Amino acid sequence: MSELTQKEILDTEPTHHAEHIVSPRVYGIIFGTLLLLTATTVGASYVDLYAFNVVVALAIACLKAVLVILFFMHVKYSSRLTKLTVAAGFVTFFVLITMAMTDYISRAWGMW
Amino acid sequence: MDSQAIATHPEQEQAEHEHSPYLRHHFANLEQQKETSTFGMWLFLLTEIMFFGGLFTAYLIYRNWYYPAFVAGSHQLSIGLGAFNTAVLICSSFTMAMGVHAAEMRWRKPLVGWLLATLFLGCVFLGVKAIEYHEKWEKHHVPGLNFSAEGFTKLDPHYPEDKPLPLDMAEKTQVYFSLYFAMTGMHALHMVIGVSLLIILVVRAWGGAYTQGHMTTVENFGLYWHFVDIVWIFLFPLLYLISRHQ
Repeated sequence: MSELTQKEILDTEPTHHAEHIVSPRVYGIIFGTLLLLTATTVGASYVDLYAFNVVVALAIACLKAVLVILFFMHVKYSSRLTKLTVAAGFVTFFVLITMAMTDYISRAWGMW
Repeated sequence: MDSQAIATHPEQEQAEHEHSPYLRHHFANLEQQKETSTFGMWLFLLTEIMFFGGLFTAYLIYRNWYYPAFVAGSHQLSIGLGAFNTAVLICSSFTMAMGVHAAEMRWRKPLVGWLLATLFLGCVFLGVKAIEYHEKWEKHHVPGLNFSAEGFTKLDPHYPEDKPLPLDMAEKTQVYFSLYFAMTGMHALHMVIGVSLLIILVVRAWGGAYTQGHMTTVENFGLYWHFVDIVWIFLFPLLYLISRHQ
């Protein structure tokens, strides 16, 4: 590829990771890990772990989601504003779901 | 170049405007414009998280409430098809990430290729989903339209350890299937929207729209596509896997 002229460089939209374009190698590693985790979660569902089947399945799902967010969605290489936005959203979601579940569990407290 | 830029820069054919054609006038510079658009995209995705989060919460609460019905209902899904579709979506996320990389490198043909691969995988996912929905219809598992609880009140030869449910609990499998259709249906709608947008992106990418410096559109679409993938990453274990052993 020919070198970009000074004007072309100025006119290129900066990626948030201008100093760090994520290499295809990183994408490949994450891709392989995600497929491996999918196989793991399917395999784990065939093993009887009692109550822990749910815990294991959700833990693996969370791990996969974090990998997608950090690498495929570039949050790891993003500005602090983007990181804060994403984190604030998930924390709020977690608080809401916890409050809903707390309310649900405690409605019939002591009546079982 | 987008329509806003064309409207504000009709003269850009003759070129030599003082700034790049895709910088809108209300932004100080491209970096600010880019940061703003990513911020806005993430805010949109957060509203989507809240939306799907409500469905997930409903699923968790009703699963506790009508536990035997949810176990029996989830045993009717095919783990094989679900796992295949999960793999398809992960592959499509990878091809999308590679597409964004191609746009960053200003490679026009690779960009079109990766976008087409993503489009193809999205269609495969929807096709498998259609097969699964068709099977639900044939087994009378569609609440409101075509439902029969009869299958759950008898012993299922595929699940000999599943005890037949009493009639009132067997009727509650409708709650499971309602949530199944609401959640996978909303997810499939997002996939249909994504596939439609992809067709537009492919056409414009072929014309070189995203490989001459402007690529925010591709990157933001990538965020959307990965988000839809994440929703499925949670739907798959919740609907297909976690009740396998109860």
